[in-house]
Amino acid sequence: MHRELKIVWKNFFNWVFGNGPRPENEVIPVEPPPDLPFTQKPKDKYSRFHEATLKERYEQWLEIHGLHIFAVLYSGLSILTCVVIVCLLLATVAELPPFGHERNPANNEVIRRYVEHGGHETGAQNIVAGLILDYRAFDTFGESAVLFTAAVSVLMMLGASRRNKIKNAPSLKSDGNFPRRESPFEEPILRGVASLSIPAILMLGCVVVINGHLTPGGGFSGGAILSTALILAANAYGFERVHEFFNERTFIISSSTALMIYALSKGYSFFTGANHFYSIIPKGTVGNILSAGLILPLNICVGLIVAGTLYTFYALFSKGDL
Amino acid sequence: MLGKLLLNHYEAVAVILFGIGMTNLLMQRNLIKKIIGLNIMDTAVYLFLAAKGYVEGRAAPILIENGSGGWLTSSELYVNPVPAGLVLTGIVVSVSVTAFSLALALKLYENYGTLNIDEALLKMTEEQLELETTIENAEEDVLV
Repeated sequence: MHRELKIVWKNFFNWVFGNGPRPENEVIPVEPPPDLPFTQKPKDKYSRFHEATLKERYEQWLEIHGLHIFAVLYSGLSILTCVVIVCLLLATVAELPPFGHERNPANNEVIRRYVEHGGHETGAQNIVAGLILDYRAFDTFGESAVLFTAAVSVLMMLGASRRNKIKNAPSLKSDGNFPRRESPFEEPILRGVASLSIPAILMLGCVVVINGHLTPGGGFSGGAILSTALILAANAYGFERVHEFFNERTFIISSSTALMIYALSKGYSFFTGANHFYSIIPKGTVGNILSAGLILPLNICVGLIVAGTLYTFYALFSKGDL
Repeated sequence: MLGKLLLNHYEAVAVILFGIGMTNLLMQRNLIKKIIGLNIMDTAVYLFLAAKGYVEGRAAPILIENGSGGWLTSSELYVNPVPAGLVLTGIVVSVSVTAFSLALALKLYENYGTLNIDEALLKMTEEQLELETTIENAEEDVLV
């Protein structure tokens, strides 16, 4: 019994680590010497019958089936993850206070304070504008900085490679799958519509930016509208025409100037306003265009940054340069 | 639980939309589609925040005139203004992240000629192997 166990163990050992006993009918294969330059030694071949170890067999199996198994495992696990997360979140949502109820814990004294004192403390009729550009102005400053940083990084990434072309890199312009338009549409209808609508769009954008403290809107939405006017002009008249008055230099100068004005004026306002010092910035009467202290200039700064950034994204992705 | 979910149906839809976006992000092999999945997740978060800020029967937080030159500042009249500011932050960050990741995808396409992440990875490993073999050959030449 003990002996048989030993044999079984030995067979199992050989199965795992290879190098079993030499079989009776083993034929040692005679390998032809490989054609190598005499400076290189031929690599040592196994001179006797070599049984693959378990590890080698596993690696061989993995090479054949591994990718498929990985794909199946990956999709199964990702579906499982998503289902688990959605179920957890749904269970959480079911425990939340009811939708739209006025006694919900979110409608607490913070909101009462913002609504009841926001009018005379910030001078803005639009409470959201007073909230994001006065009480929480540094948050909005961070957002503008994030947008500017994203535009600059995309400019670095896409602009630099076009300026000094990398050799052998497949150019997007020569690719048949993605035909790139070098010249604008030479179409009278597009140009006529653009010449009619660009002034209207610009005016709407300016109204939304300047009335940001009175009506819904503000720097972000108004800047997005202004950038659509620029994009329409670029499509109708060509990027060269827009390049004459809005290029990389203009973008960097206008955006960084706007950010600097924002930071300095809001820093002053926070220092004086929060410490009850004398501030030279008047609040004005609620409801007038020239009111609400710093909110109007800050809206214009944010609008400049957003308009420049969105047009920069469009120009960089469509022609690769600003 | 189902009744409570029906009571909070906006939030429930937002969560399901979040799940759809996340599945898209994980399962798609095309980088552009992955970025679209990320944007769907962002949109779900905006919907959730906007739904949490709503109060039944109240107006948008823009002060209303009271008829005698003043403003109605009772907090019983307006919905919660804080989620609007939070959603604004979310939108800006999502635009920035989307633009940056699209630029990265464009660079990947320029270098490897594909947007499929598996094919790009395969080409990357092949390049790495080629590099290693050339380095080994160079070392052997130097040694000899």
